[in-house]
Amino acid sequence: MRRFSLPTLVAGALNAHRSWPRQWRDPEPKAYYDTVIVGGGAHGLGTAYYLAKEYGLTNVAVLEKGWIGGGNSGRNTTIIRSNYLYDESASLYEHALKLWERLSDELNYNIMYSARGVLMLAHTVHDVQSLKRHVYANRLNGIDNEWLTPAEARAFCPPLDISAGARYPVMGAALQRRGGTARHDAVVWGYARSADAMGVDIIQNCEVLGFTRGSGGAVSGLETTRGTIRTRRVGVVAAGHTSVVMARAGLRMPLESFPLQALVSEPVKPVFPCVVMSNAVHAYISQSDKGELVIGAGTDQYVSYSQQGGLHITTHTLEAICELFPQFRRMKTMRSWAGIVDVTPDRSPIIGKTPVPGLYVNCGWGTGGFKATPGSAQVFAHTLATGEPHPVNAPFTLDRFRTGRLIDEAAAAAVAH
Amino acid sequence: MLLVNCPYCGARPEIEFRCGGEAHIARPVQPSALDDEAWAEHLYFRTNPKGTHAERWLHVHGCGRWFNALRDTVSDAFTASYTMGEQRPDAGKEGE
Repeated sequence: MRRFSLPTLVAGALNAHRSWPRQWRDPEPKAYYDTVIVGGGAHGLGTAYYLAKEYGLTNVAVLEKGWIGGGNSGRNTTIIRSNYLYDESASLYEHALKLWERLSDELNYNIMYSARGVLMLAHTVHDVQSLKRHVYANRLNGIDNEWLTPAEARAFCPPLDISAGARYPVMGAALQRRGGTARHDAVVWGYARSADAMGVDIIQNCEVLGFTRGSGGAVSGLETTRGTIRTRRVGVVAAGHTSVVMARAGLRMPLESFPLQALVSEPVKPVFPCVVMSNAVHAYISQSDKGELVIGAGTDQYVSYSQQGGLHITTHTLEAICELFPQFRRMKTMRSWAGIVDVTPDRSPIIGKTPVPGLYVNCGWGTGGFKATPGSAQVFAHTLATGEPHPVNAPFTLDRFRTGRLIDEAAAAAVAH
Repeated sequence: MLLVNCPYCGARPEIEFRCGGEAHIARPVQPSALDDEAWAEHLYFRTNPKGTHAERWLHVHGCGRWFNALRDTVSDAFTASYTMGEQRPDAGKEGE
């Protein structure tokens, strides 16, 4: 791996940057790996990276059905924050946020983490109470989050309409200044490049068709579209398709998969300085470095793998966005799409063991997985390498649906998060 | 937006309906007789298939009645609507 630095960039410039090597190899699958990750999104590639870097496991493969980063890693709205209500979630997302802050340096890859601030709007008395409760809970957990008056919110985000006659009056806002955005594709590529350099095989166009089981029912290998691969440890990180993959191991999951939509506007000059979210009207918006307004909509109400979603969902979000920011009414939408998100009954992820020995799962990130990427990957790598969960992901078991010890962020957020 | 075929009212736009999730999950007759695992299975575990899905719909802004439907979760196309209590039309073929 040739590192990016001023001397290497200058040297590259001397021959019009034609001398840069491939960022990662395209290997044939080997017959045996110590660990196989199923799913080549940012969570899966990150898991492979931390397995190699922190746990010295390099005989690792990442199997990806399509191309890396082609699923939800490339379809999200790139928002990063850690202002979650419950201790378990706050700990998990803050673990991720601390890793985000130094990830560009660590990977020697500019993932464009931008701590531009995440502003969550309150439109009703209930919103005010709920968001203030989040602010206080976050402070107890050592997480930055502060309450802003409407005037302070507008000073932080000048495009915001705080007039008394607004359709959705702004009664205040919670601001997490360390929250922001990152370049989602760069996260995938940065992890892939570094994992590959440490010996991880990234195998694309390789779908898992079935699991072979050895003594005691333990995983002994995988049947794939590129042949049989023997292994004793498999980590499934397949997002919306987790139920499909796990069904091939004979397991049912507490998951439902829904299309979650997003859209971008035409690119314009910098007009929007931060991330704004409004849970009550269900809209969130930021501006990418290319200049597009990046807008997140909701999920459809039915299980689907269509990666499209109903247009009335995006219409609903655009109505809310245009009420909050009337100046965006005349902008054109460039494109819209959906990612398939796997949603758990309590809206918290599952990171840990399964009833099948040797089979681990990291799923259920629902509508909010991007922000967790480095933390999710690091604790899942710990779980795979040691066979036991990291303290941060210990509460996020599959077994909690049997014990009843849910982490009910659904009730805390009352909305996609 | 889907066009949903209500067995009582005919085809209507999706915004008239509420999707009630996976169909044919019978509530155990005596929940207290179940162990935790079976109760969790009933409450939380779902088929979530990529393919034909039997699901409940409520015509909330119409006749107000529940019914079941079969829909392909890749194309989102409905293949059947049927009333509550009826057997799944593709019964015996749903092994995907």
